[in-house]
Amino acid sequence: MLDSTPKEIIERKSGGVINPAKTCQPLGAMYAALGIHKCLPHSHGSQGCCSYHRSHLTRHFKEPVMASTSSFTEGASVFGGGANLKTSIKNVFSIYNPDVMAIHTTCLSETIGDDLPSTINSAEVPEDKVVIYASTPSYQGSHITGFSNMTKGMVDCLAKATTETKKEQANIIPGFVNPGDMREIKRIVNLMNVNFTMFPDTSGVLDTPMTGQYVMYPKGGTKVEDIADAGNSKLTLALGQYASEDAAKLLERKCDVNYTALKTPIGIKATDQLVMALRQNFTEEIPYELEEERGQLVDIMTDTHHQFHGKKVAIFGDPDVVIGLTEFLLSLGMKPVHILTGTPTSTLGGIGGFFEKEINHLLEPAGIEAQVKAGGDLFELHQWIKNEPVDLIIGNTYGKYIAKAEDIPLVRVGFPILDRSVQTYLPVVGYKGAMRLIEMITNTLLDREDRDSKDEDFELVM
Amino acid sequence: MRQIAIYGKGGIGKSTTTQNTVAALSEMGKKVMVVGCDPKADSTRLLLNGLSQKSVLETLRDEGEDIDLDDILIEGYGGSKCVESGGPEPGVGCAGRGIITSINMLETLGAYTDDLDYVFYDVLGDVVCGGFAMPIREGKAQEIYIVASGEMMALYAANNISKGVQKFAHSGGVRLGGIICNSRNVDNELELLTAFAKELGSHLIHFVPRDNMVQRAEINKKTVIDYDPKENQADEYRVLAKNIDSNDKFVIPKPMTQDRLEELLMEHGILD
Repeated sequence: MLDSTPKEIIERKSGGVINPAKTCQPLGAMYAALGIHKCLPHSHGSQGCCSYHRSHLTRHFKEPVMASTSSFTEGASVFGGGANLKTSIKNVFSIYNPDVMAIHTTCLSETIGDDLPSTINSAEVPEDKVVIYASTPSYQGSHITGFSNMTKGMVDCLAKATTETKKEQANIIPGFVNPGDMREIKRIVNLMNVNFTMFPDTSGVLDTPMTGQYVMYPKGGTKVEDIADAGNSKLTLALGQYASEDAAKLLERKCDVNYTALKTPIGIKATDQLVMALRQNFTEEIPYELEEERGQLVDIMTDTHHQFHGKKVAIFGDPDVVIGLTEFLLSLGMKPVHILTGTPTSTLGGIGGFFEKEINHLLEPAGIEAQVKAGGDLFELHQWIKNEPVDLIIGNTYGKYIAKAEDIPLVRVGFPILDRSVQTYLPVVGYKGAMRLIEMITNTLLDREDRDSKDEDFELVM
Repeated sequence: MRQIAIYGKGGIGKSTTTQNTVAALSEMGKKVMVVGCDPKADSTRLLLNGLSQKSVLETLRDEGEDIDLDDILIEGYGGSKCVESGGPEPGVGCAGRGIITSINMLETLGAYTDDLDYVFYDVLGDVVCGGFAMPIREGKAQEIYIVASGEMMALYAANNISKGVQKFAHSGGVRLGGIICNSRNVDNELELLTAFAKELGSHLIHFVPRDNMVQRAEINKKTVIDYDPKENQADEYRVLAKNIDSNDKFVIPKPMTQDRLEELLMEHGILD
């Protein structure tokens, strides 16, 4: 299907993107909003935006995703969307009755310059209900920027410092990861015996059990009062600089809560850092259970090392996840030679990141030279692979076209995964997540070896 | 049918000049339609004697897309047809999109009938975004007249508008028909404007002197021709109308650099 991708790389001056490695802000904002308990995300724009984001999330999570829209028409574009939004707020609370309505903008409402705060201020919001909002122009940044902006919106609209002294509790901002990952991070923090609030938290919302009965607002999600109380916490741990640091920064400025930005805890090093940060700030001992898990992981890494050593890998996806994966692959002795994210390094008024610097910082001690790019696309990644072939690709579903064209195995990690199931329930973070990643990678590599080996080389024990 | 768009700096007298010219053309027996492309919807007030009809966009908002042409197209002085696009209140929405919507709506409703000799688009100030360029896009208005005076900012704006015209001239075929001077009694104004128009590669189509008569007629919600047809100023607008009617000089303007524009002002703009 991608047979025509040329090997020769010509610098593209048009700014055009071929096969993007990202999607737009409102999708990330919608996902973040689903991590609030009894929250209905609301898309302030035309119906198409909302439908696309809902269906895209549904295809990844295999769960129904609910969201409302301001349903812009020609008239709303000309006269502004204020009237539509006021009607939406009234209708949503009287018909769908959420506790929280989380409004994000779209290209259209941003371009005509709709003023969300003043419209919301003059709208009729029932007394016990809350409306929060975030500005998420689709043409800036990516879905990760949108996730970051909506998380910032939660801090901006909800968090309050109300106590004299800070409470012995942590705020955990998990970043754009699956509910399975959020559960695993919560399990680790619980094992460390630290009180905490995680926000947003989509576990229990987008991985609900089948009960035979449909509920519009499942049990999961961070409660509004807990996000408000985040202003009284002693510390915020922002996991993943791109998706989480901005909200932590705002919480520091607004409520004087110190923060530490860590990597998304993928792999042994990044998980160690999370555990150590909790230990240092809350002087809790590391429980044997975690130590045991870590020891098991080290054992597995040692046992399987020969399968990974020197294998070349291309990684692409969202910046925080790609940074974590790169670090872990290096721990395994693999050689990540092509590393790409679609999210641009920095956006106007949005998150500033250091993707390329951060990755090179990881590669340098390992003595590996790689192609590294933020704001890149999959066409370019394909060209890199044509010029320097790899043994494995790690990324989301969109990588399957390159994998097929080049006959390279693909391990699916990240967002979106539209053609496989179950992955949203199981973690890639923490020590357990690292074990799972090893299992996925090694299975894929060995299956390939079995497929390709001649009869005389076909091994029973590997 | 000749379609003409009038541009110029805000407050320079585009609407006043357009309506007085339209009155003169109507007096000559021409069939004219005026399309106001300003969200303030005040481009047809003098032709309608203050009667401001419901704008296209207001009608669209109140009645949906099921609109009758009669709701928005009203007959004014001398049989001229008047339409206002309208737009959002200041500070909200998108006025540019409004103009696009309303011109598309007029086309769908069949407002552009074959018996029309002229369609005038009275556009607000500068070409600030794509919407305000709508009248000169896609082969709508083929002729543009820029209203200016001897004041620096008016010439600066006129030069800037020429840049927009130049861009659309290459893609769409629109041409500059000339510069209209709406005099502010600035020193050496006629010479300055003649030189300015020449530098752009165009010509000064008419120099409309300053006359309080215009103001008086305006307060009475009338064009000068309507208010007092025997006035000198009425004749000035008749000349302007005649010049436009017989104009055959349509050019792609050559906008100046800022330095050249300032040089021109130094050369002509100071009376010694």
